[in-house]
Parts: sequence; structure tokens; C-alpha cells
Amino acid sequence: MRIKSQVAMVMHLDKCIGCHTCSVTCKNTWTNRPGTEYMWFNNVETRPGTGYPKRWEDREYFKGGWVLKNGKLQLKAGGPISKLMNIFYNPDMANLEDYYEPWTYDYLNLIDSPSVENLPVARPQSMITGEYIDKPEWGPNWDDDLAGGSDVVSQDPTVEKLQEHISMEYEKTFMMYLPRICEHCLNPSCVASCPSGALYKRDEDGIVLVDQEECRGWRFCMSGCPYHKVYYNWNTHKAEKCNFCYPRTEAGLPTICSETCVGRIRYIGVVLYDADKVKAAASVEDPKDLYESQLDVFLDPFDPEVIKEAKKAGINDEWIEGAQNSPVYKMAMKWKIALPLHPEYRTLPMVWYVPPLSPIMNHITNEDELSTDGYIPAVDQMRIPVEYLASILSAGDTGVIRKVLLKLTAMRVHMRGKTVGGVDGFRQSELLKQADTTPEELEDMARLLGVAKYNERFVIPTGRREMDDNLYYAQGACSLEDIAPPEGMVTYPFFGKGE
Amino acid sequence: MKEIFLWVIFPYITVTIMIFGLLYRFAYRQLTWAAPSTEFFEKKWLRIGSPLFHWGIVLAFIGHIMGMVIPRGFYLWLGIPDWLYHVGAIYGGGIAGLMVVAGLIILFIRKMVIDKVRIHATFADFFTIIALLVVAGMGAYMTIIYNTTVNEYEYRTTIGPWFRSLFYFQPKYELMASVPTLFKVHILAAFALFASIPFTRLVHFYSIPVNYPSRAPQQYRSRAQYQK
Repeated sequence: MRIKSQVAMVMHLDKCIGCHTCSVTCKNTWTNRPGTEYMWFNNVETRPGTGYPKRWEDREYFKGGWVLKNGKLQLKAGGPISKLMNIFYNPDMANLEDYYEPWTYDYLNLIDSPSVENLPVARPQSMITGEYIDKPEWGPNWDDDLAGGSDVVSQDPTVEKLQEHISMEYEKTFMMYLPRICEHCLNPSCVASCPSGALYKRDEDGIVLVDQEECRGWRFCMSGCPYHKVYYNWNTHKAEKCNFCYPRTEAGLPTICSETCVGRIRYIGVVLYDADKVKAAASVEDPKDLYESQLDVFLDPFDPEVIKEAKKAGINDEWIEGAQNSPVYKMAMKWKIALPLHPEYRTLPMVWYVPPLSPIMNHITNEDELSTDGYIPAVDQMRIPVEYLASILSAGDTGVIRKVLLKLTAMRVHMRGKTVGGVDGFRQSELLKQADTTPEELEDMARLLGVAKYNERFVIPTGRREMDDNLYYAQGACSLEDIAPPEGMVTYPFFGKGE
Repeated sequence: MKEIFLWVIFPYITVTIMIFGLLYRFAYRQLTWAAPSTEFFEKKWLRIGSPLFHWGIVLAFIGHIMGMVIPRGFYLWLGIPDWLYHVGAIYGGGIAGLMVVAGLIILFIRKMVIDKVRIHATFADFFTIIALLVVAGMGAYMTIIYNTTVNEYEYRTTIGPWFRSLFYFQPKYELMASVPTLFKVHILAAFALFASIPFTRLVHFYSIPVNYPSRAPQQYRSRAQYQK
């Protein structure tokens, strides 16, 4: 057993209102420098939709993540030798067109304009070339709230896979928000794709980072990450990615996207896992078994044996206590209501999603008289097709999704019954049986999903600074000092590239 | 005196600039050390130009080792007569030279024509590509045209021994007196290019990730260890 601790996140999609506050605060914190304008470490995409970058889920095109070849786990784009053969040109890499060309507006014209007959306008201006763009044709969240219409929706790789079903039911449109950050995977394919070994997973908290000094800009991480969450800074020529706001989490604070989330959809906590089991878990034959095999990797933080081993591995009491109180452990491992995004990529992602309950297709009008078990068929007629959720969150296994939705429905029915009454025989109901849960568990769930306060949603043990060589120096210093490029501006000696 | 400067002092000065420049950049400008790719801006032309140029350079590099580092005696010992060596050199070197020059021309045009690439190109980028074009153009001309029309020059008895003598610090500059001017200019331009390596994008030549195939796919680093 090789115990490691991992900081992980759960997002409760039911509560996401698509306000993009997470994206904006993240951008203002991390990617407001030259070279990073197009990067969104956190983005919220409307599904069905093409996402960001466009069609990132099309693995046949971008070749990200892992595949099982003859029972062996391999990078889909090819191993080290084939990477070195392609080092002069990466055929799988997404480029600016797949993201969008960032632009600003010529605001100065509004101020400097002489007195004219027609109102002066601020024309869009490219942030890459500085030239005017007559007509921006794609941008961040261009297809927000299905505004791309059926043209864009039909390009969603997930929709393409389920084409028949969705196109038939399209009159009954559905939509959901999917906020995405780096998954900080247990088996990260970006790390394995990096020829220079600049990407690494931190021992202490599992955060995947890019060593800016070692990165040589080979760009295989960009295409190697199936979630497309590693970006190329065209100004510094180095890779950058979501760093789970480690300067904040080290101080026990939630990431900026979680801190500012209006819907309070995000939960952060620690989980313990066995690093020796990771490879086997990622190598199971059937993609539909990947969710279960990933769950097997995690360890019960209450098990005395695990606690003993964890201490031996240098995990201190604060972190073990954190793992015991972790909301992520409760939602993803104990209650099993949070699911990994695209487990079929075999990276064992560590950002988990509670699937959304959506309006019921055949609107229930007689809810007052509805018996408890009347909700079961309702789950099967949710407006968001179970198949769609399954192809995103459970490698196509609709059984997993159905069970989670049943559990969430059971929670609603039970809590409604508790407040307004009218639910008879809940304990004996078929709904409770099919959801495989108990009223007590449902009450715990309702507490965490509905009313949990800041310190219940974010259980983050602080970084272990006691190992720092020079604590006196670290006091009051920026955690990024000497690591991040200063304001993204890099000057070359002699042949300067000034501001 | 002129001979000593050109074939003793100049090579050592340029290589010294290269070595100390590289050490300086490695130690103090690590954040600038990268292969500054523009693939993110433009893929279509890079797809042709970049592999053509780079693989051509790889071939040309091997060719220069075969011509400059391996002595003529070794080929004779293997039983390869001079004419056979030169046939190989003209065909192999010719293909490599054409690849390099064609690749560079594509990359150069791309750098000038594609707005996004041009706007973010530095003086060093243009300097590099033009310098490479000059050096490689001369090399390709020598191999393909000069060697077949003017004179099949046996550089393995003059330039080769001189080049090797640089490494054991007994430069045989007198051997260079009889070398045709074109070859001389090619050599001097190449050494000047070496001196510019630390200050341009060419540094990425020194970070070829050779140990990638042998390392563990997953990398773990502890925060405490990293700081040491």
C-alpha cells in the first residue's frame, strides 16, 4: 500500500445557474496576462454544445487520454517513441481556431472621437495581432444557453454518438451547465505526455502542476489531456494549467472558483488513495467498469489500518481528520452520488459531478396525490436524457445515472414529506429500495447538498509548511515567487522582447 | 596572421560565446528556455515546413559527422573508395540540403505572411532563420552544384583534420589555406551561427528530451523536495 492524499472537488450540477462567476474570478486571478487571454482554467459550458475548445470530447480527432491496447494501458496519441518522432509538429494539437481569438474593444475611440454625426463605436480588436476584427465569429461561451441553436448542438460529439435519440426528441430541448476545471487526475495523461518531465503530481495534495522552468514548450500535454485543460502560453512558450489555486488551498482556503460560486455548488475535501492500485484501476477491460474500479482505489479514512499506514507515509493528523470530514469522500465514495467526468478516458479524474435532476418530461400535475412510488417512472422521463448524462459521467452506463437520480429524487420526496407531510410509507417504498438508501442517509445528503455552511463544504487542511527550509523567508512571501513568470512578460537577453 | 584569426581565434571565440551564453541562459534565464513554437497560431504550413527542415537538419548533422569527424582513413579501412564516398555524400547530403532549404523557405515565408506569426516574431527569430538559410543554402549549393560541376573537393584531407584538431587544441590552421572560398565562408558563417545560439530560439537544440522514453510515465514531486 502506498497511501497518498489528494485534494478533490465535487460540483453539484443541480445548483449551477450558469452565471460564470467562477470563470471570471479565475480569469482575473490567473489568466489576465499577455499570452493567456484565451485560457480559461475554469470554464462553464452549456450542454449539449461543442464546449471549449470546440469539440474537445472528440477523441478520435485530438487523441487525448489513455486507451487499452492488448490489455496494456497506453497513451492514445502514442508512447514516447512516437512522440519523439512527432516532436517537430504535433498533429493532434488544438490551435487558436479551436479555442477562439481573444479580442478587446477600441474603447479609446469613444473618448478620443471628435464631434461626429453618428455615435462613435468601439470596434473589436484582436488581442493577438492588435488588428480590428470586423466580425468575431466565435468566442468564450458563444453557444451559451443553446444560443448556437441546432447548428452547434448537432456538433456536440456526445450528441453525435447518441444521434438518433436526441434528434428525435429535439423539440423537447434540454440543457445543463457543465463547469470544468483541471481534473487533477490520479493517472494524468498530460504528465505522461510531457517529454521534458515538467508536469508532475504533487505528493502532498495530488495537484498537477507545470514546472515553468523545466517546460520546453513541446505541447504534447495540450493534446495529451483529453479534457483540454492544459494551455500553451504563446508569449512565454510554456504550458499553463489550473493549479487548484494551491497558494489558497495551502492556506486552507477554497479555490477562487469555489469561494466565489454563487450557487454554492462546489465542495472541496481530501481523499486518501492507494497509488499502487491506480494503474490496475485504469486498465480494466470494460470502460463501464472504470467508475467502480476508480472507487476501489480510495481508502476508508476511518479504518485504523489505513490511518496507521497513512501516518507511516507521512500524512499528518490534520490531513487524516480532513479526509474523515471530507465532503468529497461522503458524496463520491460513501453515498456515490457524485460521478467522474468521462471515466472512459482512463485518467481517473478527481473532479466529481452530482448529475442534475431536470424537469420531468410528462409534467407531473397531480403531485399532491402522487404516491411515493409514482416518482420512479418520473426519473426515467427526465428532460435531460439519461443516455446523455451517462455518456458524459459514466461511460454510457445508464444504470449508474439512474441510481443517482433515484437517490436524489428520494431525498426530495423524503424531505418534502418531512416538511409538508403527505408521504406515506416512505420507509417501505419501492423508491427507497431502488435508490438503495435509508432516510437517515438522505437527511445527511440533504444537509450537505442544501444547507451546508462554508466550513462543511470546504474541508481543506493547510499545506505543511513545517518542512520549509526557511520559514522566516516564507512569512509574508508570495507562494509563486521565483516560480511563475513575472506578469507573463519574459525578456530575452540581448534580443529583447519588451513590453 | 589572418589565417590564425580565421581558423584558430574565431572558432574558439564563437564556441566560447556559445558555451558561456548557454550557461548564463540556463542559470539565469531558465524561464525563456523553450522551443518557441507557433503551431498554436498556424498549423497548415508548419506541418510541411517544420518536419522538412528539422529532419533535414538531423540528416545534415549526421552527414557532417561522417565528413568532418570520421577520418578518410577509416573509410578506406572499411574498403569504401573515395568515389563511392562522394557519390553517397552528394546524394545523401543533397537530399538533406534540399530538405533544409525547402523547409526554411516555407518557414520563412510563413513567418512573414501569417500575421499572427509575424507580429510575435522577434528580431532574433528573423536573424536565426536568415542565418540558417545562408549557411544551409551555401552547404546545399556546395554539395549539389559545386561538387558536381566545378570540382569534387576532397574536404576530408583539409577541413576534416583541421576541424578535429580544434578539439585537441592543436589547430592545424595551415590546412585551410588551400580550401575554396565558398567552403571557407560556409564554415565561418556556421561558427558565427553557433555564437548566436544562446541568444535565439536555437537553444531548444540543447533540450532534446532523450531520456523521455526511459523515465516513469507518472511523475510525483513532493513540495518539500522540490524546494531543495
